[in-house]
Amino acid sequence: MLEGMMIGLATAFSIKNLLMVVGGCLIGTFIGMLPGLGPMSIIAIMIPVAITIGDPSAALILLAGVYYGAIFGGSTSSILINAPGVASTVATSFDGYPLARQGKAGKALTVAAISSFCGGTIGAVLLMIFAPMLASVALLFHSAEYFALMVVGLSAIAAFAGTGQVSKAMMMTVLGLMLATVGEAALFNAPRFTGGIMDLQSGFSFVTLAMAMFALPEAIFLVLDPKRSNTGDGGSSEIKDLRITRAEARHIAPVIGRQSIQGFLIGVLPGAGATIASFLGYAVERNIAPEADKKMFGKGSLKGLAAPETANNAACTGSFVPLLTLGIPGSGTTAILLGALIALNVTPGPRLMIDEPNVFWSVIVSMYLGNLILLMLNLPLIPYIAKILSVPRNFLIPFILFFTLMGAYIGQNNATELLILVGLGVVATVMRMADFPLPPLLIGFILGAMLENNFARSMQLYDGPSFIWERPMTLGLLVLAAILVFLPTYRARRARLKKQGVAIGD
Amino acid sequence: MTLDRWIASIFLVICLVYGYSAWFVMDVGLPPFMQRNPVWPSTFPKILAVLGIVCAVWVLLTSKEGEPVKEGDIDYRNLRQYKIGQAGMLIGLMVAYAFALYPIGFIVSTVVFLTGGAAILGERKLHIALVVATVAAFSIWYMVQVVLGIFLRPWPWFI
Repeated sequence: MLEGMMIGLATAFSIKNLLMVVGGCLIGTFIGMLPGLGPMSIIAIMIPVAITIGDPSAALILLAGVYYGAIFGGSTSSILINAPGVASTVATSFDGYPLARQGKAGKALTVAAISSFCGGTIGAVLLMIFAPMLASVALLFHSAEYFALMVVGLSAIAAFAGTGQVSKAMMMTVLGLMLATVGEAALFNAPRFTGGIMDLQSGFSFVTLAMAMFALPEAIFLVLDPKRSNTGDGGSSEIKDLRITRAEARHIAPVIGRQSIQGFLIGVLPGAGATIASFLGYAVERNIAPEADKKMFGKGSLKGLAAPETANNAACTGSFVPLLTLGIPGSGTTAILLGALIALNVTPGPRLMIDEPNVFWSVIVSMYLGNLILLMLNLPLIPYIAKILSVPRNFLIPFILFFTLMGAYIGQNNATELLILVGLGVVATVMRMADFPLPPLLIGFILGAMLENNFARSMQLYDGPSFIWERPMTLGLLVLAAILVFLPTYRARRARLKKQGVAIGD
Repeated sequence: MTLDRWIASIFLVICLVYGYSAWFVMDVGLPPFMQRNPVWPSTFPKILAVLGIVCAVWVLLTSKEGEPVKEGDIDYRNLRQYKIGQAGMLIGLMVAYAFALYPIGFIVSTVVFLTGGAAILGERKLHIALVVATVAAFSIWYMVQVVLGIFLRPWPWFI
């Protein structure tokens, strides 16, 4: 482990990778600040750039930098103009915006930056402790267990990611898996479900799908509803007095400590990402706060600002645990990262630490660096960066659309890809209007090939589906998956029946 | 019928077609040596088709009529209050861009796309948009072609 860390340190501190961290954080902060653009769209747009870099550690460092930069940028726009750019910073605006209206925008931004820094750094320490432990357990896994584990991951995502409607999320997951079967499969060299169309021979491109699922619907929503891109004039002139007092620091320190750990653990769970972590963190802190503090929540409480900020950054780091150790993404964003890694010929999983220690450890080391850079670079630069909030949307939206098109085109060098992108994007927009969650679709698509390969391998090893009942761990995991899917539905049903006054025969 | 039921019904049809081809069409051309395998190319799609049908029916049965739209979401029942025309025109512009990119070349089609997009969104200062679009088109072309090393034809076919 020490040796690996040294390799990681050496890799992360190379000039190129340092530039990647700085560049990623800056780009992420800039774009994350724009209302309506979340980390998933930004990372999707950045993938072609990352893939062309060619070096997996540099690419992952860049994308990770963009990821936490975007979360940080989102909190800035939440605080300054009450327009969260990212779902996970909605809770930040509850107390951040009232603070800004009281003329304490500078203080709010400082608290947000420090909480993010602490959450991210403590998260990185926990990641360093937990990831190797989990990876060593995962090395014992057989392909049957992998198959079961992916089923668990997908069901957990369906159970937690949706807006309470497990059925819709399940449907999206299955749709993603079905899309993944289009084209030639790895184990059987015969094209499937291409309908004779040559452009589908190699399947749907993951970059195109990611753009169509996240970047395009968000852009179309921005066009449809001008209120969503309500940029205002930023109020950047008011940002002053960035300092916080020692008493205030002592006031928020326990919140930061608790939320770092809680946020990290929530981030590790598949499906429950930074958004849930931030809302839960806010709710927990409000409940356990003393009466006097509780009244301040929602009116500009520093605790209420520190809690979601710490939790969402810790959760971002936590979501890297299943990605780096099991190769299973827990959120849309890590799914995109997984796709990028596969495109760079790196297979994340328990062997990543052994086979590619430079990738594994340099990413972790770069997280410390990235958090430090976000703190040092962004705090003094915030008044200037906030100017981007005044870019008129008439210019902004065509550029967002253009970058999505470019991203899909660069990957394939094929204009048909653009038509597939637009078509899928329109479908995704309609599905989003009907409240179908889109991340499960993308995660299903990315895990589809791996799921099928592991399934086929276990079928071949056991000459039939007997691996399901002959391996207790596989069976246990599959039962867990079934419970994850049916428990929320069962509870919702019970609640509904209770409401109607129907007796439940227990 | 609500929009989510429509989507679930369409998905059900897709699953039926997908399932039909997995259960009845795909295995016809399977070579004899592969038929002795416990797993066929169609095994996984067969499972998926069944799962998909179950999910679609589940959504059809459980989706509720007239649920209130969450704040900040688009209310599809009342699309007229949104800029649906602008969105449609921008999508059309994107399709046009896809067709124009190859024959007309990157620079011209990008400048037209960016300026046209701004015009559709109601930008009055089109001369500024034109300058911004031209600068952006050239710098992005330079980045893609020279820095990333991906070929993009810059000019129309006759140059």
